[in-house]
Amino acid sequence: MEKKPRLLTILDVVSVVILGLATLMVFFYAPMEAVMGNVQRVFYFHVAAGWVGMLSFMTAAVAGIVYLRTAKRSWDIIGVSSVEIGMVFALINVITGSIWARPIWNTWWTWDPRLTTATIMLLIYAAYLMLRAGIDDPNRRARFGAVYAIIGFVSVPLTFFSARLFRTIHPIVIGTNQPGSAGAFDMTPLMLQTFLFSLLAFTVIFIDLLWHRIRMGQLADTVEQLKMKASGG
Amino acid sequence: MCRQQTSRRQARESGMNTHKKTSDRPPSFARPVGTVILKGQFLRSLWAIVWKDLAAEIRSRELLSSMLIFALLVVIIFNFALDLDPKTRTSPNVTAGVLWVTFTFAGTLGLNRSMAQEKDRGCLDGLLLAPVDRSAIYFGKLIGNLVFMLVIETIMIPVYSILYNVNLFNPGLILVVLLGSIGYVAVGTLLSSMAVQTRTRDVLLPLLLFPVVLPVIIGAVKASSAFLQGLEMSEIWPWLNLLIVYDVIFTAIAFMTFDYVVEE
Repeated sequence: MEKKPRLLTILDVVSVVILGLATLMVFFYAPMEAVMGNVQRVFYFHVAAGWVGMLSFMTAAVAGIVYLRTAKRSWDIIGVSSVEIGMVFALINVITGSIWARPIWNTWWTWDPRLTTATIMLLIYAAYLMLRAGIDDPNRRARFGAVYAIIGFVSVPLTFFSARLFRTIHPIVIGTNQPGSAGAFDMTPLMLQTFLFSLLAFTVIFIDLLWHRIRMGQLADTVEQLKMKASGG
Repeated sequence: MCRQQTSRRQARESGMNTHKKTSDRPPSFARPVGTVILKGQFLRSLWAIVWKDLAAEIRSRELLSSMLIFALLVVIIFNFALDLDPKTRTSPNVTAGVLWVTFTFAGTLGLNRSMAQEKDRGCLDGLLLAPVDRSAIYFGKLIGNLVFMLVIETIMIPVYSILYNVNLFNPGLILVVLLGSIGYVAVGTLLSSMAVQTRTRDVLLPLLLFPVVLPVIIGAVKASSAFLQGLEMSEIWPWLNLLIVYDVIFTAIAFMTFDYVVEE
């Protein structure tokens, strides 16, 4: 069995440190927002988690395209790994958003385009995982996963666009949940620094988790092969 | 049989050079290199697949009848579930919404059945073994499914008009139904051919299809209700554009990826 790479261990340490630093910055470095108060601090991790979610689903779609072209198993592992990680971050994104929306918009949930799209995205990738779970043949699982990752990712911008069109034509909703209209604020330099640092921190964590998950996928493959060898005699 | 003869004859007519090129392949593959004839072959195999689906359906009628009864049940359930007063019931928003939910649900039923039939009777393997382009299989199934969906819609729209006493004979609505159904079926055909090859099968199709097809539903509902309200075209165009863009993008993606879905 291959040993855990030194660089991965370093990345683990960096991730933990950078997440700690980001948390400290969010609470102590960034100033308190004048209107919204402390609840605004959720913004830094909220956007960072959303960014990582998008990044991982994009990675999955790209891995899907490359897998279909090359049929290399490693690309399938990358695809499923990033979807799994993306699900967690997208969920963090939706939940933190809800926590922020309760005091600011006075509701846990509105049918705003971004909220709708984020949720549909979660459902698409939940379906992706269910699709994979229903297939035994690894090659077919990889092919179907790749195709669905591509289709799902392409549909996301269209969903966003249609949900936005849906709401802008509805006059009642305009002004109440137009993004940016309620709860918007201008970032001070300190806030901007915290924000960018959070983005960086989450991206590093994403890379670290992805690496771990890919390694796990490869190890699972090895175990599978060894099992086959053992049973086959 | 007949088709094979004609293709052989065409091969002979198109001269020795092309014949030599193709002679190392089995006879049924022997077709002259030439786009016009290839295109004819594509259309012919496409038509053969569509015809196969339609003929099987005309004889058994199991797909259309189940879709139709299901669609009627959905409309009836909506009537009681929403318990609307006559005025709201006939409002364009509600009509468009109920209609599209009905089409979406009945459509899933049809897509599932049409692919499951292929899989269960081993027809899919036969289709894949046939020396035709894979995209002909995809478009053949797509057209077959589209025809089923349109048949249900042409029955359901008058029935709905009678049951709810609204006038749905609107050329704009027909256009929307066509555009929406194309988008729905384009993705649905691809995803149903994936779903039937999994363990969970029928259960999986709506889970895969609905989140991806949501833009079509949104666009179709809004455009239908706008046409029924008789709004200005400038307000309807964004929705029609959305539907057209979706149809084009997803037909293209499905066309490109179908090969990988049916590959053995």
